Amino acid sequence: MFLRTIGAGLVAAVALATAAAQAAEVKIGFVTTLTTPAGVIGRDMKDAFELGLEDIGRKMGGLDVNVIYEDDGFKPEIGKQKTDKLVQKDDVDFVAGYIWSHVLLASRKSVLGAGKFLISSNAGPSQLAGKLCHQNFFSTSWQNDQTPMAMGEVLNQRGVKSLYVIAPNYAAGKNMVAGVQRTFKGKIVGKDMTKWPGQLDFSAELAKARAAKPDGVFIFYPGKAGGAFMKQYQQAGLSGQIPLYSVFTVDSISLPKFQKVNLSGVMGSFMTQFWAPDLDTPQSKKFVSGFKKKYGRYPSFYAAQTYDTVFLIKSAVEAVNGDLKNMDGMRAAMAKATFPSVRGPFKYGKNHFPVQNFYLREVVKDADGVWTTAARKVVLKDHVDTYAKDCKM
Amino acid sequence: MTWALLLEQTLNGFQLGVLLFLLAAGLTLVFGIMDLVNLAHGSLYMAGAFFCATFTDWTDSFILGVLLALPATLLLGIVVEMIALRTLYARDHLDQVLATFGIILFFNELARIVWGPEGLVIPLPGWLDGNIEIMADVFYPTFRILIIAVGLLVALGLYVLVAKTRIGMLIRAGASDRDMVGVLGVNVKMLFTLIFGLGAALAGLAGMMAGPIIEVNIGMGEEILILAFVVIVIGGIGSIRGAFVAALIVGLIDTMGRSFLDLLLKTLISGNAAETAAPALSAMLVYILMATVLFFRPQGLFAPRSG
Amino acid sequence: MTFSRRTIFIALFLAGLALLPVALADQPFYVGLLSRAMILSIAAISLNLLLGYGNMISFGHAVYIGIGAYSVGIFAYYEIYDGFIQWPVGLAVSALVALLFGAISLRTKGVYFIMITLALAQMLYFLGVSVDEYGADDGLVIDVRSEFAGLIDLEEGIALYYVIFFFLLLTIFIVHKLVHSRFGIVLRGAKSNEARLLALGFPVYRYKLMGFVIAGVICGLAGLLLGNFTNFVNPDMMHWTRSGELIFMVVLGGLGSLFGPVLGAFAFLLLEEILSDFTIHWQIIFGPFLILAVLFLRGGINSLLGSRSDG
Repeated sequence: MFLRTIGAGLVAAVALATAAAQAAEVKIGFVTTLTTPAGVIGRDMKDAFELGLEDIGRKMGGLDVNVIYEDDGFKPEIGKQKTDKLVQKDDVDFVAGYIWSHVLLASRKSVLGAGKFLISSNAGPSQLAGKLCHQNFFSTSWQNDQTPMAMGEVLNQRGVKSLYVIAPNYAAGKNMVAGVQRTFKGKIVGKDMTKWPGQLDFSAELAKARAAKPDGVFIFYPGKAGGAFMKQYQQAGLSGQIPLYSVFTVDSISLPKFQKVNLSGVMGSFMTQFWAPDLDTPQSKKFVSGFKKKYGRYPSFYAAQTYDTVFLIKSAVEAVNGDLKNMDGMRAAMAKATFPSVRGPFKYGKNHFPVQNFYLREVVKDADGVWTTAARKVVLKDHVDTYAKDCKM
Repeated sequence: MTWALLLEQTLNGFQLGVLLFLLAAGLTLVFGIMDLVNLAHGSLYMAGAFFCATFTDWTDSFILGVLLALPATLLLGIVVEMIALRTLYARDHLDQVLATFGIILFFNELARIVWGPEGLVIPLPGWLDGNIEIMADVFYPTFRILIIAVGLLVALGLYVLVAKTRIGMLIRAGASDRDMVGVLGVNVKMLFTLIFGLGAALAGLAGMMAGPIIEVNIGMGEEILILAFVVIVIGGIGSIRGAFVAALIVGLIDTMGRSFLDLLLKTLISGNAAETAAPALSAMLVYILMATVLFFRPQGLFAPRSG
Repeated sequence: MTFSRRTIFIALFLAGLALLPVALADQPFYVGLLSRAMILSIAAISLNLLLGYGNMISFGHAVYIGIGAYSVGIFAYYEIYDGFIQWPVGLAVSALVALLFGAISLRTKGVYFIMITLALAQMLYFLGVSVDEYGADDGLVIDVRSEFAGLIDLEEGIALYYVIFFFLLLTIFIVHKLVHSRFGIVLRGAKSNEARLLALGFPVYRYKLMGFVIAGVICGLAGLLLGNFTNFVNPDMMHWTRSGELIFMVVLGGLGSLFGPVLGAFAFLLLEEILSDFTIHWQIIFGPFLILAVLFLRGGINSLLGSRSDG
C-alpha cells in the first residue's frame, strides 16, 4: 500500500514534469536601441513587437511567448554582450531586432555560432546578404542598397539630368550613395559626405548645392539629422527651388515634428520605400489601424518590419507544432514566407532577404489633416538585391 | 567657384564661429578662473535649448521663449554650481572630469524622462524663418544673420564687462592669479557662482540659437562640447579674446574645409581618392589645426597666464 | 612577513578569477563578461601608468585598443590568421603610434596635453570611419580568432579566458616591476617635481616618452585580446568617449595604485550590466553614483582596502 502510494506519487510527479516541459514557451530575445537619442527608433520597434504579440494573444503554436528586450546602447560591443546574454544565459530560441549594421555584424556570430535563428528587423548590411549569408539568418527588411536603387529609377523616370548628393560619411551613407549611383543615369554634379555622427548643421553643403544648380538633391539622413536637414533646406529657401529626393529620412517619426513647425517644404517631397502606411494589403491595414489605436500615432517602417518579425517567427513555431528542437522544419517554414506580411505576398531570396516591391512615396495630409506618406506607384517589382549572387547557400 | 558662394560660405563660417564663441566664453572663464574642467557645460547648452522649446511652446513666441529660458538656464547653472561643482574646485582635473561626466549622464537621462526620447522642435516666427537677399542673387537665412548679430553683441558686451567694470577687473585678476582675488577681500564664493551662472546663461543662449536650426535633442551638448574645448585650447585658457578669435578661426576653417577641400584635392589627386579623402580630412581639420597651434604655441594663442 | 588586508584581498580576487570558470562552466555568459572586464583591466592598468604614475592625462588611450583590434581584423580580412604575425605587428604598430603621438603631445602640459592626445586619437578615429576597404564604421568581422600553430585554441571561450587571465597577471607583474625600477622612480618624481629632476640632469622628456610607449604597447595588447574576444572591430573602439571610459575606470578604482584600475574596470562593467538590466533609465543612477564616488571616495575603490602600501 505504502509503496503503491509512492509509486503513484512518482508517476504523478513525472506526468507533471512532462506537462511542464510541454508547456514550455517560445523565448525571443529582441535587441534594439532604447537609450541614446536613437532610442526613439527602438521605442517604435518595441511598440510594434508588443502590438504583434497582442494580436496573436501572446501564443505561437500553442506555446506562450516570452520576450526579453535588450538595449544595445548604439554600441556594437554592448550589442554583442547583450546578445551573448540572450543566447547563453536566457537560452532564447530566436534573436531578433537590430537597427544598426555594425551592431548586427558584431552580434551575428554569437547567435549563429550557437545554432539559433537570427532575424534582422532592420539592418541589412551587404556582407550578410552576400558572402556572410547564413541558413539561420532571415531579414524582414531589405538590403541597404535596394531603396536608393529604387530612387535612382525614380530620378530617371522624372527626367532628372543632374543630381546633387548629400549623405553622412559612414557605411550606410556610402551604401545609399552607391545604390543611387548604380541606377541613376544622369550626371552627379556634386557630392558631399558629411561628418557622422555629430554634424547637424549643413549650411556649407546647402550653399554648394544651390550654387551647383542641379535638377534635384538626393539625401539620406536617418534620425535627428534628417529633421535638421529638412529645416535648413527650407530656411535656405531651397524647398521651392530644387526638388528634394530622400531615402530613410522622412518617416512617421519625423513628420509630426515637421508638422508642428509647419515645415511646409516637406509636403509633396518624394522618397522610396518597400512599404507605406496606406499600402493596400490586409495585414498592413490591420497593423496601421491597430498601431494608431494603441499608440495614437502612425507607425514607422521600422515598426512595420518589426510587426512582420512577430508573424515570421509565429509561422516557424506553428509549422513544427511547437517543437522548437526541429530547426530544419522551422527554417523551411520561414524560407517559404507564407506568413501574412505588411508588404503583401513575397518570396525570400536564397540569402533570406525579401524579394519585394519598392514604392515611390509622397508626403501628404491624411483625412484628419495629419502629415503622412502615401504610396504612389511601384518602382521596382520583385527586386532581388545585388549581393544575393555572392551568397553560397 | 563663384564670389557669391565664397561670400556665403564665409558667412556660414562666421555664424558657426560666433555660436562656438557663445559656448566657449563661459567654458574658458570657468576653466581659467576656477580651474574647473567642466564637461557638463554641454548639458547647460542642451538645457537652454529644451527650456527655450518648452517656453516657446507655452507662449507661442520664440522671443518670449528665449527671454524666459535665459534666466532659467542661469538659475540652473547657479544651482548646479552650489550643489555639485563648488566642492570640486579644489580637486584635480581627473576628479572634475569624472564628476562632471556624471552630471552629463544625469541630465541626459532626466531630459529623456521629462521630454521623451524624440526631442523637440522650436518653431520660428515667420519673419525669422525665411531668407533675405544680401547681394544680387545671394540669399542667406534670416535666422543665421540673427545668430551672427547676437554673437557679436555678446562679444561686445563681454568686452565691456571684462575691460571696463569692477567685476571684469576681478575676472581678469582671477584668470591671471587666482589666489590674489581672495587676498583682495572679495567674496570669492559669490564671484565664482556669478561667473558660473553667466557662463551657463551664455551656453544656454548658444543652445537656443542652435535649437531652431538643428532641433533640440538629448546629447546635443556632447557633440559640440569637444569643439568648444578645441576653441578654448587654441585661444588660450582663460582668455575671452582668445576664445573669440579661435572660435572664428575654427568656424571658418571647418566651413571652408567642408566647402572647398574636395575641389582642392581633386586638383592634386584622382577623383575617387579625393572623394574618400576629402570628408575624412575635413572631419580632422580642426584637430589638425589644434595640434599645429599647440605644437608651436603650447599655451594657445592668447594665454593670459605666464608659466 | 605579515600580509596587509590589501594583499589578502588581491590574492583572493585573483584566485577567484582563476577558479571562477570552473564554477561557471555551464554559464558561458559570465565567463564572457569576466573576460571583457579583464581585457579592459589590462587597458586601464596601462593607462594608470600614465595617469597615476606619470601625471600624463591622456584622453586618447583607446586608440591603442583600436590598433590592436584592427591588427587582428585586417589580417583576418586577408585570411591571415596566424597570431605569430598578427600580434607582433599589432604591438609594433602600437609602439610606433605611441612614439609619434607621445613625441608631439609631450611638448605640452596639463589641459593642453589632454586636448592634444584627444585630437590625435580623433584623427585615427576619423581615418577608421573613412576607409571603406575595412568596413568604415561598420568595421570588420573577425570570424576566425588568432591561431597559434595549434598550441592553444582561442575559439574555446575558456581557453581565451585563461589567455586573458595570464596576460592580466603578466601586465600587473610588469607594471609592478616598472614602477619600482629606476625608471618608475623618475616617472613618479616627475609627477611631484619635474623641475628638480631636470635640474638633477634627468632626461625627463625621454623617460616620459618611454612610459607613453610602454603604456601604448600594453594597451595594444588589450586591443588584440578584445578583437579576438568580440570577433569584431570598428572605429567606435577608438572614439574619445571610450578613452573617457578608461579614465573613469582608473579614477574610480584608484589613481596610482597597482590594483586599483582592475577594481575600477570590474566595478564599471558590473554596474553598467546590473543597472542597465534594472531600468533603461540606468544612467540617472549611474551619473550621481560617479559624482558621489568622486566626492566621498577619494583615492577610489582602492582606498577602501586600507591605506596604501604599494606605489
